[in-house]
Amino acid sequence: MATTVGVIFSSINEENIPELTKVRSTGSVPYGGRYRLVDFALSNMVNSGITTVGIITKNNYQSLMDHLGSGKYWDLARKEGGLILLPPYSGETETLYKNRLEALKGATAFLRKAKEDFVVLADSDAVYKLDYSKVIEAHIKNNADITMVYHEHELVKSHYYMTFETDKNDKITDIRINPTTGGVQKNYINVMVARTSFLLRLIQDAIQHGYTSFGKDILSPGVKTYNLYAYKFDGYYANISSLNAYFNANMDLLKKEVRHEIYGDRDIYTKVNDSAPAKFADTAVVKNSLISDGCIIEGTVENCVLFRGVKIGKGTVVKNCILMTDNIVGENCNLAYVVSDKNSVIRDNRVLAGCEVMPYFINKGSLI
Amino acid sequence: MLRKKECVAMLLAGGQGSRLYALTSNIAKPAVSFGAKYRIIDFPLSNCINSGIDTVGVLTQYQPLVLNEYVGNGQPWDLDRTFGGVHILSPYEAKKDTSWYKGTANAIYQNIRFMKMYDPEYVLILSGDHIYKMDYDKMLAAHKEAHADCTIACMKVPMKEASRFGILNTNPDGTIYEFEEKPKQPKSDLASMGIYIFTASKLFKYLEEDDKNPDSEKDFGKNVLPAMLNAGEKMYSYRFEGYWKDVGTISSLWEANMDLLGVVPNFELSDRDRVIHSRSPLAPPAFVEGEVVNSIVATGCEVEGKVVNSVIGTNCVVEKGAEVVDSVLMGNITVKAGAKINYAIIDEDVTVSEKAVVGAAKEEAVKVESKTNGITVLGRGITVSKNGSVPAGEIVDKNV
Repeated sequence: MATTVGVIFSSINEENIPELTKVRSTGSVPYGGRYRLVDFALSNMVNSGITTVGIITKNNYQSLMDHLGSGKYWDLARKEGGLILLPPYSGETETLYKNRLEALKGATAFLRKAKEDFVVLADSDAVYKLDYSKVIEAHIKNNADITMVYHEHELVKSHYYMTFETDKNDKITDIRINPTTGGVQKNYINVMVARTSFLLRLIQDAIQHGYTSFGKDILSPGVKTYNLYAYKFDGYYANISSLNAYFNANMDLLKKEVRHEIYGDRDIYTKVNDSAPAKFADTAVVKNSLISDGCIIEGTVENCVLFRGVKIGKGTVVKNCILMTDNIVGENCNLAYVVSDKNSVIRDNRVLAGCEVMPYFINKGSLI
Repeated sequence: MLRKKECVAMLLAGGQGSRLYALTSNIAKPAVSFGAKYRIIDFPLSNCINSGIDTVGVLTQYQPLVLNEYVGNGQPWDLDRTFGGVHILSPYEAKKDTSWYKGTANAIYQNIRFMKMYDPEYVLILSGDHIYKMDYDKMLAAHKEAHADCTIACMKVPMKEASRFGILNTNPDGTIYEFEEKPKQPKSDLASMGIYIFTASKLFKYLEEDDKNPDSEKDFGKNVLPAMLNAGEKMYSYRFEGYWKDVGTISSLWEANMDLLGVVPNFELSDRDRVIHSRSPLAPPAFVEGEVVNSIVATGCEVEGKVVNSVIGTNCVVEKGAEVVDSVLMGNITVKAGAKINYAIIDEDVTVSEKAVVGAAKEEAVKVESKTNGITVLGRGITVSKNGSVPAGEIVDKNV
């Protein structure tokens, strides 16, 4: 089997969800009751047989470090390889990296040290399950220089995105950056495979030419000079490109088919925390919801994702909400379409509502 | 600096637990599931780490496979240490005198070399079949303050149940003047909890003497403690107030599970300062669509049916139209559409097929003559067929 090293960008695309990334990096945005977004790319790597993973960080990465620890929950606490955090590296004249290429520059030492033949690059702002070793197989078969993974869906405009055209052999014939044409497109999901040595050469070349954008300066013109291939991923894919997308991606887990695709094999790993099992009081009414360990429910909960340690008081009705870890909702409240970040307290008798396309957001640690 | 540990804990986990019948056919009692996501051994192990004791020997003998795998390197309890940590101690073969553990005292005696590696001042002896939270550190402080040779944790029990326990007869200052193992006519209601702290040198001395005594049954309660008392060693009682339950029988195991229910339960596991650690499974949050009332539900469950007054373990499925009432489901159990489970304890990996009926309503079941007070027990890994039925109070360990 080809040996592979993984690189995860944990901070990229933060601008898409400023509400959630104010206090943390993209990778440590809580998701689905007990997970963080980085768990998906990281578990995919581990499940693809990758045992060395570098995680590129930028700023506000305390919560990410707290989550990842030594990597033991992903079986990545190892003597050889394992989980390696790559904090930003800046020289005398440089500042923090501004884009993907600069971020990669900071990872060159890590990549040079890696003995693995191939490298997988992935972002941490998406929920999906993909066996990257299948992408590498295709990459080898196509004799490609770079293989880029795409998902076909209706174009969603976000901060920075890429679509492409392919021929019938999956060879990429055109790359477009921030296109305005709508409809179903081949959307690049920011998962890329290359030989480690080839990627290092690209980075070296980019430094020498003063390139600033991986997409504009390397990939887009590369269509003509390199063998760029596409790999189609057709499983469930949710890109967290806005607060609304975040809301929908959580709500998708209430659909059996999505829940089973993502969690059916029980192989999305995450940090374990020993909360007591969820408790339902004799006044509890719960419909179509995900309830995590440590929750205590005395009220009514419908179409919700409740993270660990959420308390719902008597007489309270919570519908279509995402309440993150340790939210405490008092008695006789009424909440609809609320996304409440961690550790918030909602006092008795409060009525809060957003709507389907615009959830009402409550900052971490608020008292309402 | 000489490396040593002040106190080493020895956890007796070798017992079969025969009064749990089908639940311990293939696993040791300490590995039996409890409270939706725990196993019984989580309680003493968590108590150790929460009391600052980081060196624990777990003595196994009966069916140790599940227990060994569960304890592993001790990481879930922060007991994976370079010096100390948790160690599984199974009976071993030596040049001479090799044998299985013959009694509680003999099990500890055979592991004297393990304890001596840590050169401890004190040894804490625990058993693996009790559900409780206790700060052993406070008990150790009392032991030191009294300059005791042995301190026995005890608690008040109802006088009519006292003959089931080892009973301590004490002076007003807490010293023990008599120890009676399961007395027919108990003189006091102070029951030993099976938790002892010994000054290590005294323990080693009496274990060695006990080993040489051919008449001894090699048991702490019957032999070692009375021998120390007769020799005039300083033996103290340590009163524990709080929740403690011996889960050695089907009905006590059921009751202890039920003690977790309610917003203010008899036994609280949600407080964050003395967390009971466990090998938490990797599963998504519970999906709940049906009716779940006065119950606890662990991660990975999918509940679309009705669950009332029950404890539902990890990765259980309760399909639409299924009903689970007054029951304990241990883990990875599927209750198919239309099936009904009443007043039962169901072990891991069981399937109850469509429209099957297990047990009877509690009010009826308790009237049934049985070894389990009417509680129906399904053993590990079995399947109850479609439309099948298991009457109240039955213990079943093969497919029906």
